[in-house]
Amino acid sequence: MSNALTVTAPDGLPFVDFTREFDYPVEQVFSTYADADRVSQWLGPRGYEMRVDHYDFHTGGSYAYTHVDPSGDEYQFRGSLHTVRENEIAIQTFEFLGFPDVVSIETLRFEDLGEGRTQLSGHAVYPSLEARDGMVSSGMETGMTDGFDRLEELLAT
Amino acid sequence: MADSGDTDESLDRTFMALADPVRRQLIARLSRGSATVNELAEPFPISTQAVSKHIQVLEQAGLVTRTRDAQRRPVHLNPARLEAMTSWIDQYRLVKESQFRNLDAVLARDTDTTPGRTSGPDTPRSRS
Repeated sequence: MSNALTVTAPDGLPFVDFTREFDYPVEQVFSTYADADRVSQWLGPRGYEMRVDHYDFHTGGSYAYTHVDPSGDEYQFRGSLHTVRENEIAIQTFEFLGFPDVVSIETLRFEDLGEGRTQLSGHAVYPSLEARDGMVSSGMETGMTDGFDRLEELLAT
Repeated sequence: MADSGDTDESLDRTFMALADPVRRQLIARLSRGSATVNELAEPFPISTQAVSKHIQVLEQAGLVTRTRDAQRRPVHLNPARLEAMTSWIDQYRLVKESQFRNLDAVLARDTDTTPGRTSGPDTPRSRS
């Protein structure tokens, strides 16, 4: 694996930062975010269906989509695009409707590294530390970490 | 906690170790107390040798340790490792990691199917 993902979560601050490089030009990486068809091919957990209600990746636009897990349970997400500059930056809100009104603001920067490579960096700001930690743990409930979610049930027996 | 201090690789190993139902049951059993390989193998309809292999995988992932105690070599759970796995930052990293691997795959597919916007004219298709 040539492209490592770096995730940092500063102590006592409701932020999460990540960086990840891609062996593809910035236009191509940007379009995997900007294009509804492409987004639905990668954003959802494996084995889930992703239904895109609407997806307008432009300044002032908005999105709403639903992940459907294999047992038919649905997880809805929505947000607004505050700023989008092609191949450069996207600033958006993000809300998991399982935790309504807990809205994070995410800044995504797309950086051309030259030689057909791109660096993507993300900075997410949550309304509280609890929200930061809870939002991620809810990802467990949606079965995103395949196979691991059943462990705790097992440990409880 | 600026970072969990774990390399992605060791995280991957641990999650892989837990992706198997037999190994999860072994962990569940060890959470109630240490046990020898024979004791661990008893409830399973598979050979002691197969169980021993599973324990090796758990050991490599840092989820269990083994000590020598006279003739016995009991297996112990490493609760710190398990705790690390349930920390939210690891979950976050794992979710993001799997998303970005999917994204890589989408990018690779695009490159195979769109006329090379990024390569020169008439570049021969790479034999994937």
